[in-house]
Amino acid sequence: MRNVGEVIARRNEESAGALIGYLPVGFPTLDASVDAAVALVENGVDVLELGLPYSDPVMDGTVIQAATQEALANGFRLAHGFEAVRRVTERVDAPVLLMTYWNPVVQYGVDRFADDLAAAGGAGLITPDLIPDEAADWIAASERTGLDRVFLAAPTSTDARLRQTIDASRGFVYAVSTMGITGARTDVDRAARTLVGRLRGAGATASCVGVGISTAAQVAEVLEYAEGAIVGSALVKALADGGVDAAGALAAELARGTARQ
Amino acid sequence: MALRAQTGPYFGEFGGRFVPESLVAALDELSEAYSLAKLDPAFGDELADLGRNYTGRPSIITEVPRFAEHAGGARVILKREDLNHTGSHKINNVLGQALLTKRIGKQRVIAETGAGQHGVATATAAALFGLDCTIYMGQVDTERQALNVARMRLLGAEVVAVKTGSRTLKDAINDAMRDWVTNVETTNYIFGTVAGPHPFPEMVRDFQKIIGEEARQQVLDLTGALPTAVAACVGGGSNAIGIFHAFLDDADVALYGFEAGGEGVETPRHAATISKGRPGVLHGARSYLLQDEDGQTIESHSISAGLDYPGVGPEHSWLAALGRATYRAVTDDAAMQALRLLTRSEGIIPAIESAHALAGALELGTELGPDATILVNLSGRGDKDMDTAARYFGLYDGGEQ
Ligand SMILES: Cc1ncc(COP(=O)(O)O)c(C=O)c1O
Repeated sequence: MRNVGEVIARRNEESAGALIGYLPVGFPTLDASVDAAVALVENGVDVLELGLPYSDPVMDGTVIQAATQEALANGFRLAHGFEAVRRVTERVDAPVLLMTYWNPVVQYGVDRFADDLAAAGGAGLITPDLIPDEAADWIAASERTGLDRVFLAAPTSTDARLRQTIDASRGFVYAVSTMGITGARTDVDRAARTLVGRLRGAGATASCVGVGISTAAQVAEVLEYAEGAIVGSALVKALADGGVDAAGALAAELARGTARQ
Repeated sequence: MALRAQTGPYFGEFGGRFVPESLVAALDELSEAYSLAKLDPAFGDELADLGRNYTGRPSIITEVPRFAEHAGGARVILKREDLNHTGSHKINNVLGQALLTKRIGKQRVIAETGAGQHGVATATAAALFGLDCTIYMGQVDTERQALNVARMRLLGAEVVAVKTGSRTLKDAINDAMRDWVTNVETTNYIFGTVAGPHPFPEMVRDFQKIIGEEARQQVLDLTGALPTAVAACVGGGSNAIGIFHAFLDDADVALYGFEAGGEGVETPRHAATISKGRPGVLHGARSYLLQDEDGQTIESHSISAGLDYPGVGPEHSWLAALGRATYRAVTDDAAMQALRLLTRSEGIIPAIESAHALAGALELGTELGPDATILVNLSGRGDKDMDTAARYFGLYDGGEQ
């Protein structure tokens, strides 16, 4: 089953919620990033978020910056993103979203990007530096191709902006847990609980919390109130330090947090 | 509509707000505070008072006939932003944004800096207004502009040497944005140029346009006519838009922006964004930028830290697209020769950034001939560049390059 919304709904019926795992394409190599993504799914990750390395990643902390810079230095090209999606979806059933800063999509051509992502078997895009206000081209291209659009909501977003984000999103809304950039934190902000409550009040059916989550206990805590928990930097660090096996082992550990309490 | 009346968020197809949602509330707050301030005469009065009694406004103009002998006989007039307190035009913008910070009620300011001039100006305003201040500066720039690092620290600012990416201005902006996303509730970002997300391009322009408003009248008073051409260097574009703006609707006045040509625009080592780039999204706005086929930003190069930036403000992209302003590149060497020429012929040591505009004026003078009057924005003074100049011209061991 490849539909992000359906996977998240199903996981909320059969367990506490969905686990979403992030890894950058091309780190440490293209092959290893594909193997690692597959290992995440085999160890309990429900939805994959593959990041496209970008020269100026303003939403990312040091762990992801270092990994994506290495991928770029190793010759990452946008075409590798589509190749990774194709190879991962050939091997596992989980839906695969690409997470990308906006300029690479603009330069590739928004329509061409959408067509190639759909053809590769991708589920949609998470766009950290594209707000719905600026997204007319992408909304049109994703309507045409049926791709999902995941926009971000922040604790400082007004109610009106939350409604706009919910209306523009398809798949889920990415609730930024805390004010800040990616990177593991010892306690996930209480702001996340409030934000998800506000999103639900404004009509969101699936809110997934990301930024700062690194342990099974945090996954469990987040899934008390949200439909999904997103883990990025912690998985990237495991991959950097211990390779594909370590990333898989951390995914298995994190997946324990999805059990109903 | 008059070109001068154009406001953000869009300048034609350029501009906008391509930022993480986490920053939208802060940008809205800033836009709102700025709209209210614009309507409040007390804000304008306070800013004008600071300009007069702190910065030293109006800055004078200086005609430079000995320099002009090398410019095809055209008259060359300098707008002396180098004489401002802290040594460049950057203070004009910083004082405006620092006053806004007080109105919004935040206690901490952050800024990026390339040459260090915007960082020094921000640290200065922070000292004046009693604000906490952190400056992000690429590690390459902390080395080539070490004097300004010392100035900022003496003024009480924390200077963070940014070690990611190309370790220059673009990476300093990335880290300042990361800081802002994290600390937005307590912190205001004092952006240094007319790039970035709305409202920065419009707001910074408004704080800098006094340069051209003064200079337009000063040139009229001196020569009885408007200048034939106006020349300025372009990094992000704040000094250039500052001097262009008052002339935008004077169709007979030609506007020239000089970008950093580095080792030559036919090499990969330059920062000629409009001359060699194409439209895309960087640092929150759609504008021209230097990028590869995949949209990855290409690292720029310039001997001048303040111009070493692969992006440019959206209003410049718009003026270029309209054909209202012309953008050309000046190499490192042409700029350094112009720096020495102005120094030797007129006793004025310009910043290397401003020397790009001077080199451009020499070229324009030869094209336009002796009947032309060229107004050049001398955006800053060269004290910060003495180490670079001494190495370039071999002054430390007494010899010339
Ligand atoms: C003296 C001087 N001129 C020009 C610039 C370039 O900036 P902008 O293009 O925004 O005027 C700088 C930037 O540091 C500067 O210090």
